[in-house]
Amino acid sequence: MTTRHDTAASPVKGGAAPGRPPGGRASAEADRKKRAKLSRRWQRDMRWSPYAFVSPFFLLFLAFGLFPLIYTGWASLHTVELTAPTDMKWTGLDNYTRIFDDEFFWNAAKNTLWIGVISTVPQLLMAMGLAHILNYKLRASTFYRVVMLAPYATSIAAASLVFVLLFGRDYGMINWVLDMVGLDKIDWQNGSWSSKFAVSTIVIWRWTGYNALIYLAAMQAIPQDLYESAALDGANRWRQFIHVTLPSLRPTILFTVVVSTIGASQVFGEPLLFDANKGASGGSQHQFQTLGLYLYEQGWVNQHLGRASAIAWAMFLILIVIGILNAVISRRLRASS
Amino acid sequence: MRAARRGSARKVVVMAAIASLGAGLLAGCADDGNDEDSSSSGDSSGKTTITLGLFGTMGFKQAGLYEEYEKLNPDINIEENVTERNENYYPALVNHLTTNSGLQDVQAIEVGNIAEVVATQADKFEDMSKAEGVKKDNWLDWKWQQATTKDGATIGLGTDIGPMAICYRKDLFEKAGLPTDRDEVSKLWAGDWKKFVEVGEQYKKGAGKDTYFMDSPGGLINAILSSEKEKFYDASGEVIYKTNPAVKAAFDLTADAAEKGLVQSQTQFQPAWDQTVANSLFATVACPPWMLGTIKEKSNPESAGKWDVAQAPKSGNWGGTFLGVPKSGKHVKEAQKLITWLTAPEQQAKLFSVMASFPSAPSTYTMPEVTGGKNEMTGDAPIGKAFAKAAEEIPTQVIGPKDQIVQQGLTDNGVILVTQGKSAKEAWDNAVKTIDNNLEK
Repeated sequence: MTTRHDTAASPVKGGAAPGRPPGGRASAEADRKKRAKLSRRWQRDMRWSPYAFVSPFFLLFLAFGLFPLIYTGWASLHTVELTAPTDMKWTGLDNYTRIFDDEFFWNAAKNTLWIGVISTVPQLLMAMGLAHILNYKLRASTFYRVVMLAPYATSIAAASLVFVLLFGRDYGMINWVLDMVGLDKIDWQNGSWSSKFAVSTIVIWRWTGYNALIYLAAMQAIPQDLYESAALDGANRWRQFIHVTLPSLRPTILFTVVVSTIGASQVFGEPLLFDANKGASGGSQHQFQTLGLYLYEQGWVNQHLGRASAIAWAMFLILIVIGILNAVISRRLRASS
Repeated sequence: MRAARRGSARKVVVMAAIASLGAGLLAGCADDGNDEDSSSSGDSSGKTTITLGLFGTMGFKQAGLYEEYEKLNPDINIEENVTERNENYYPALVNHLTTNSGLQDVQAIEVGNIAEVVATQADKFEDMSKAEGVKKDNWLDWKWQQATTKDGATIGLGTDIGPMAICYRKDLFEKAGLPTDRDEVSKLWAGDWKKFVEVGEQYKKGAGKDTYFMDSPGGLINAILSSEKEKFYDASGEVIYKTNPAVKAAFDLTADAAEKGLVQSQTQFQPAWDQTVANSLFATVACPPWMLGTIKEKSNPESAGKWDVAQAPKSGNWGGTFLGVPKSGKHVKEAQKLITWLTAPEQQAKLFSVMASFPSAPSTYTMPEVTGGKNEMTGDAPIGKAFAKAAEEIPTQVIGPKDQIVQQGLTDNGVILVTQGKSAKEAWDNAVKTIDNNLEK
């Protein structure tokens, strides 16, 4: 930018214009100053504007991301109650050490893991299948794609309430159907596995279409000639899927696995609304209480901010461990290919 | 040209969509509204606007009380800001109190939360006992004490209470071979909840398997506990729920009723429970006056007039509200004056005749509004008199800040399990483990 300024200013410096009035020198000086000033402003503009443009994100992140993170960390080292958030009593790492013998925490961790597995694995497999089907030339394909995304656009609350009705013990539609075909009714909300299965169903319903669309986008980016040459080599559709589609989708699959894992570790709304007692304990015996729900129960129902903060940080640390594992595995995978 | 126009039309649509989304976001960030503009002194007409933060249906508006007050005080304008469920209202109230912002001129406090507010937030409220025109004797003593701190500051004035009786289905009792007259029914179990469960067994023998004796285990244990002088806390404020024999007895009796199949495996006020009301699947329910409103709302029209009200084995209180004035409000004096008027006996009586919220002012119990009280579900039964009798027998109960957590544990993590086939001991252990973990700071 300085060079441009120099070239623009040079004719003035040369003072080449012969027929200028005597006052021309002073005005040229003023002009030069003005240009220099402008150029300085421009420089400043170029240097600082980008920061201004990215600042909204960072300011919001500071206010709603970093500050809560640090404040939660600080609160987790204290005994604090929601009824008096400024009245903090230092307890050091007590809130963390007690997590080790907190059977409700580990129960919630186990539930989160199982609900995560039961929901994520079928979800991604089904998404892959759906994407594969949608990748064929179909009539009204846009319609199908929109339909698949509809659950994702539905609010968790609305969806969960409908599922609660479907899974109801006495008046639920699913039990009504079971009853009609002569099977026993299932107490979905109170069974240990049946409740986890039901909560997972809500998650699967909501996220399958979303993942399918991501797979579909990646599939459409696979060059057609790969399939043609595979076909020339005598590969049938299934072999094409295994040997062409899947390897090409590897980075996408990894992405969806990471995102789904993070999502699964934070499942909250579904189990909260699924509870027959409308409490936050995730069923009478905490049979589908997830970590997110336990955090909520401690913080907002029982009003123990300090404990809830420690749980939040423990969840955060667990996620970091999962993230590192993910990175290691993906590096291995990349190296092996 | 056409293509270009279409392009610009699309741009407009996109911009509109972005703008509306952005507006939505901003609205989400915005404050709960009118505490800025409406509580700044006086609107364009020069009136003072008093705002009330309420929950549920408290009925002041429906009973026309605001209108009446505005007529009596032409320079006052009243606005209410209602949250439907106390579960959502109370956390927000605590939040507003601790940060001292966003409070209305008047805030309602549910009886389940009053002990906690008295214990932790009392300094944020005006002492109503010193307000002009407030007479302590207007209220039932225990109602007044519930909102009073150890230092004698009264942070809220009582509105309604929930004197508990037993509502029963005359038709189902008759089918089961039990008496249907309300005095005779009251006599069946007078004085002892064990007798109530025994009547349940008789009912089951007579009625068979189609219906249950009582609506839910939670309803039974709540009714028994409400009639005790001490339940989860002792007078010094210690948590004693585990060692209090009355609590264990209530738990065991409820578990016993559950094991014998006398109570439905339901949680009150949940959709499946609502269905059992609609389908007339149970014969009795512990019943403060407001419960008749719930029953009416959920019942089939054929059930009207089939209910009656008998006295509970021992009387207790279930529900009720207080109105308090936060110190940070802009119209403290006017707000105090308003709630003093709203909770005066005459207004409470009016509220009962319109909304069936039972008065906490004993002087109303002989007023015609109360003695003549009737309900569609109970036909000609003189429910006003029945509830007034129950109200006078309510014990002064020690309440504690975490009563709700303890009771929820005993119910949702306790007795409900017995209806699902667990033993009473398993259920008790599960409840105690949950409660202890929830109480630990």
